[in-house]
Amino acid sequence: MITATSLAALVLLFIVAAIVVKGVKALNWDIIFRLPKGGYYLGRGGGILNAIIGSLQLAGGATILAFFLSLPVVFYLNLFSRPGSFWPSVTRFSLDVLWGVPSIVYGAFGFLLMTILGWRASLLLGIITLASLEVPIMSRAMDEVLRLVPRELSEASFSLGATKLETAWKVVLRQALPGIITAVLIAFGRAIGDAASVLLTAGYTDNITTSLFQPVASLPLAIFFQLGTPYPEVQQRAYAAAIILTLIILFISLLARGIIRHYARHTVR
Amino acid sequence: MSLVNRLRKEFVASRIISLSSVLPLFLIFFMLFGLLFKSKPLLLSHSLHKIIFSSHWAPLKGQFGLWPFIMGTIWVTAIALILAAPVSLLVAIFLSEYARPAVRELARPMIDLLAGLPSVIYGVWGILIIVPFVGRILAPLFGTFSSGYSLLAGGIVLAIMIFPTIVHVIMEVFRAIPQAMREASLSLGATKWETVKYVLLRQGAPGILAAYVLGLSRALGETMAVLMVVGNVVQVPRSLFAGGYPLPALIANNYGEMMSIPLYDSALMLAAAILLVLVLTFNFLARSVLVRVERRLK
Repeated sequence: MITATSLAALVLLFIVAAIVVKGVKALNWDIIFRLPKGGYYLGRGGGILNAIIGSLQLAGGATILAFFLSLPVVFYLNLFSRPGSFWPSVTRFSLDVLWGVPSIVYGAFGFLLMTILGWRASLLLGIITLASLEVPIMSRAMDEVLRLVPRELSEASFSLGATKLETAWKVVLRQALPGIITAVLIAFGRAIGDAASVLLTAGYTDNITTSLFQPVASLPLAIFFQLGTPYPEVQQRAYAAAIILTLIILFISLLARGIIRHYARHTVR
Repeated sequence: MSLVNRLRKEFVASRIISLSSVLPLFLIFFMLFGLLFKSKPLLLSHSLHKIIFSSHWAPLKGQFGLWPFIMGTIWVTAIALILAAPVSLLVAIFLSEYARPAVRELARPMIDLLAGLPSVIYGVWGILIIVPFVGRILAPLFGTFSSGYSLLAGGIVLAIMIFPTIVHVIMEVFRAIPQAMREASLSLGATKWETVKYVLLRQGAPGILAAYVLGLSRALGETMAVLMVVGNVVQVPRSLFAGGYPLPALIANNYGEMMSIPLYDSALMLAAAILLVLVLTFNFLARSVLVRVERRLK
């Protein structure tokens, strides 16, 4: 058992170490702050700023959209459902099932929307697809947090004459805020690393996207496309991009942990 | 703010909120029927049985046999599960029963992190480490030749990817087993290992199975990491060291050209629909078991 566990820990170290060793040579400020120049995929100069910005646009937009879709769902699950009703468990169950749907299926679904609506691959479509992928992750995580809010707290609010909406918004949400921020960050991390759904719906571009209806680049795809070229210099840059993506994910997950620790002090126990 | 105003707000909000509770279920059905609707043209001209069991894949000639892809999916998933199942069970037992709290607190974020790494990162790592390992070390060891881009490489990468999911769920299952049960077993003179064997594993068996099924359904749909290491050769696989072409990789690789060949888009949407149906079924079964386990132990 100890062997198995240390094996798992080793694998994690191994993954990070292998990528860092390979990519660190190609990692420089140009990669982070420049757009790809002409002939970039043949090994000429430039960077992947387009992909970094694009990923932030995609994941940021999707996270905001998913937040406004998830919030009413978790309010329903924890405050608005009638006591004894079976519907909350149906909703929770469908969220769990959705959580397991692979991202390529979300991608195919986004592609389907695209053909139905007659759109082209665009930032907006990528955001919609990623948001539907994020909703189950975010609402299940937020649901776990809201469930831990003591019942007495909302009852105290009701007894003072507050409506359910006021209680949800001003008491429960505030009490659960650190956990909710964590849930949002977890979903953001999932969205920024997801490639399969974005591949089918958001396209790719060498420029910075300025409109919701233009295609947009993303980091995972930048890694994927650069690895697919036969030029070693370009492949090197893919490893560098992989380091950047890993750092972003590490940063987000540390931030999520830090928020739990830091803000847990301000909640009523 | 006047009372009427507040109540009006409350009324509108509660309507919207109640309506939103249908959203997840609606999304499931919308996806399922959307994909099936798009694959209808293909199903009208070819029988489903023929599409699934034929291995002739030639979109230009109108032949859409999905069998090589289905077999590719089954192979990599099976390899991943065989590799990941024992290790993750042992790790979960160790972390939840044997490890000191400090170790457990250290391991939990590591496992979450492993689960949160993007699949492209696993793919990059697979190309760097697993592919050469399979091609240069394992294949000669078994006396065959392989480029390394093979079903085995895909399976190994997948095993590492589903490992954190499985460990996480098994640990949850163990946590749901009352402490009193362990204490009863220990007080009867059982050793710790005997307690694990006869109490935890027996009580947790359905939950452990459910964890494996969840891991399996993750493996079924995993795209990028597998796509990068599996070789993408259209053939019904005969050996671990041969290349394969799982269903998700088929969708991801060909979305670009599917609009220009008739029925091609239908075939890919059908592939996505098949994946969705499989994953929904497995998830439905696993989640039902987990809900029941939780309820019984409470």
